[in-house]
Amino acid sequence: MGLDFISSILFATIVAGTPLIIVALGELVTEKSGVLNLGAEGTMSVGAVAAFAVAHHTGSPALGILAGMGAGMFMSLLFGLSALTLMANQVASGLALSIFGVGLSAFIGKSYESVALASVDPIRIPWLHRIPVLGPSLFAQQGLVYFSWILIAAVAWFLYRSRAGLVLRAVGESPVSAHAIGHGVVRIRYQAVLFGGAMAGIGGAFLSVFYTPMWAEGMVAGRGWIALSLVVFATWRPGRVMIGAYLFGGCMITQMFVQGSGARIAIPAQFLSSIPYVATIVVLVLISRNRGTIRLNSPASLGQPFLPDA
Amino acid sequence: MHTPTSDTPRLAIRGIRKVYPSAIANDGINLTVMPGEIHAVLGENGAGKSTLMKVIYGVIRPDAGEILWEGRRETISNPAQARALGIGMVFQHFSLFETLTVVQNVALSIPGRLDLATLSRRIEEVSSRYGLPVDPRRLVHALSVGERQRVEIIRCLLQNPRLLILDEPTSVLTPQAVRKLFETLRQLAAEGVSILYISHKLDEIQELCHRATVLRGGKVTGTCIPSRETPQTMARMMIGVDLPACCHGEPGDGGEVRLHIEGLSHATEDPFGTDLRDIHLQVRSGEIVGIAGVSGNGQQELLRAISGEEPLAGKHAIQMCGVQVGRMNPARRRALGMCFVPEERLGRGAVPRLTLTENILLTAYRKGMLFSGLIRFGVAKRFAEECIRRFDVKCGGANSEAKSLSGGNLQKFIVGREIMQDPKLLVLAQPTWGVDVGASSFIRQSVLDLRNSGTAILVISEELEELFEICDRIVVMAKGTLSPSKVTSETDVEEIGMWMSGLWPGAGAPEGAGHVA
Repeated sequence: MGLDFISSILFATIVAGTPLIIVALGELVTEKSGVLNLGAEGTMSVGAVAAFAVAHHTGSPALGILAGMGAGMFMSLLFGLSALTLMANQVASGLALSIFGVGLSAFIGKSYESVALASVDPIRIPWLHRIPVLGPSLFAQQGLVYFSWILIAAVAWFLYRSRAGLVLRAVGESPVSAHAIGHGVVRIRYQAVLFGGAMAGIGGAFLSVFYTPMWAEGMVAGRGWIALSLVVFATWRPGRVMIGAYLFGGCMITQMFVQGSGARIAIPAQFLSSIPYVATIVVLVLISRNRGTIRLNSPASLGQPFLPDA
Repeated sequence: MHTPTSDTPRLAIRGIRKVYPSAIANDGINLTVMPGEIHAVLGENGAGKSTLMKVIYGVIRPDAGEILWEGRRETISNPAQARALGIGMVFQHFSLFETLTVVQNVALSIPGRLDLATLSRRIEEVSSRYGLPVDPRRLVHALSVGERQRVEIIRCLLQNPRLLILDEPTSVLTPQAVRKLFETLRQLAAEGVSILYISHKLDEIQELCHRATVLRGGKVTGTCIPSRETPQTMARMMIGVDLPACCHGEPGDGGEVRLHIEGLSHATEDPFGTDLRDIHLQVRSGEIVGIAGVSGNGQQELLRAISGEEPLAGKHAIQMCGVQVGRMNPARRRALGMCFVPEERLGRGAVPRLTLTENILLTAYRKGMLFSGLIRFGVAKRFAEECIRRFDVKCGGANSEAKSLSGGNLQKFIVGREIMQDPKLLVLAQPTWGVDVGASSFIRQSVLDLRNSGTAILVISEELEELFEICDRIVVMAKGTLSPSKVTSETDVEEIGMWMSGLWPGAGAPEGAGHVA
């Protein structure tokens, strides 16, 4: 108990939050371009099974991640064809993609059930991992955990400091105006959707290759939906996505410890299991209830297809 | 290789045709603009001016016809290509992004690396040089219509265009700012830039433009040299008949007070807004009171307080028809007999994607359009058709979408919708902004007729001529406060123009924070 216990809780919290951060940041970029892709759950599932299969056959977790990313981009390309090129309803296309992806992953994964991968050693950052408590929990993690931190900074920089990010936000704000001043709305939206798909694929790969190195049908377990709601409740801001993801991870791990500790508590297990979902949403709603913040950060054209005048 | 000479037109268009399902917008249009020429395009709403400009700027693809740019045939398929050729455009319906700052908006249309600090300095340079004051760091959603237009103009000027298209550029500028803009445009023309100038203000066209092309019903009805014409002859070419003069009628002798604002102070939620300070105003039945002033001095906040979009903390400050309404929402205020025409047509005045009949329902449903909670579409449709007929709205019928109407026609429709509800109190914001001369004079006459039938009317406008034409009394708004009122016949443009800087007798010492042009 004591410091080791805190350290392991912190470690597990970060691991649990990482896939959410990666997937939610991908979706955040997609939504900032005005496209609502509800297919994250299905995209993660296909990414997870593709990553697992490739990692299993090649023995390389890195190739597994690449495969997950590729599968995620393929799925988002399907979404793009339907919602951007054919201008189908975005909500319906995304929901269909989720259902399709979950089913497809179960089909592909049938032969991998009950196969296990060797667990991957964490990457220890020199010196830093020796810091008491924080060292083992923060700096002896999988590579994708560090990747998720870099991603937060990179997405924030891209959106608020780079020209391309400015164009992306403009497209999400008013596609008609962006078209009128000469930006290729559909092209930019495709890029954003593909990035979102790639991140969802990587998030799925993290689950099946590192988090629990095995494949089981339905192993994504609603994380795609949580990532979607994180984006909204974090009012489309990368920093708040991180807060929400770790909050969710922390509550999830804590309630699992409580349930697993065998302590005799007169609280139904179902109630404990619901705490992470409720707590995350309540906290994010409270910190982002300012109307001005929502108005400034939410993409005004979210979910609307773009039809040029002519 | 073909080299342009001084007698090669900068732009020549031949036989441009564009057909929409409901109308022929352009039918065989020819137009030539020489280097350094300021060329006016005149026409009523729906004459096809905006469509033609969008064709030149590559936003819309024509069905037929060709465009010659400096003697070479070009197919302009998108605005980026138009800009690469050297064409810049200031839109009538602005193409700004509300959640971005001014400098970010400008950066979006300028290729190259993103260096906001340098760009801000360039914006400030252009803005002071051309008399277009605007703070580059402000968010666009907090800007008034007038300020947004300045941003659009600055954005174009920064791109050093060789052909500049301006769609109704002066409608919300002060007379001084218009003079400065004209100096700029003349300077640009002297440097060889061609300018296509769309305006409904015939005196401006006479003062500024070298040549004019007149459109009516999608066809060219003539070209002329404005300095050799009179406003009357140009108006006749444009609308086909002589312009009716407004008849004013005798000033009212003070009926009952319909709108009474007493010591209204209100701090706005918007961090870039203007706080209202100690506002007193009375509007009586049978009179028109005008509020003059440069936009951004609290007009939007005052309008929101009067319309009920931003309810006040206390109910005492505003009374309508004797009822204290400070805390009431817009629907309850409308139930008392207030009608309101907001500044933004699409979005606040009308819902773009709804049909005209459905837009009628939004505010006029009390006129017998409901029956036990169900909508009587027949009544609403007849109301819409009556409005279209009485106010001469050019559209594809009561079932066309609001966004398919041109700006001026939509405004006629919205004003018509409110007037036909026989309001006790009518509040109008920029009633003829971007509306051509024929429709403007029609709207003004309708407002005058309504006043003569005993309605109390409040008009907020940046167009001084308009206020002087229709108002019985004028007050000036500056820095969130209102000046004392002046009977229109006892004041003049010079005095009101001076008051617009906040310098009326008894006003507090001017503070630096106001937005004075």
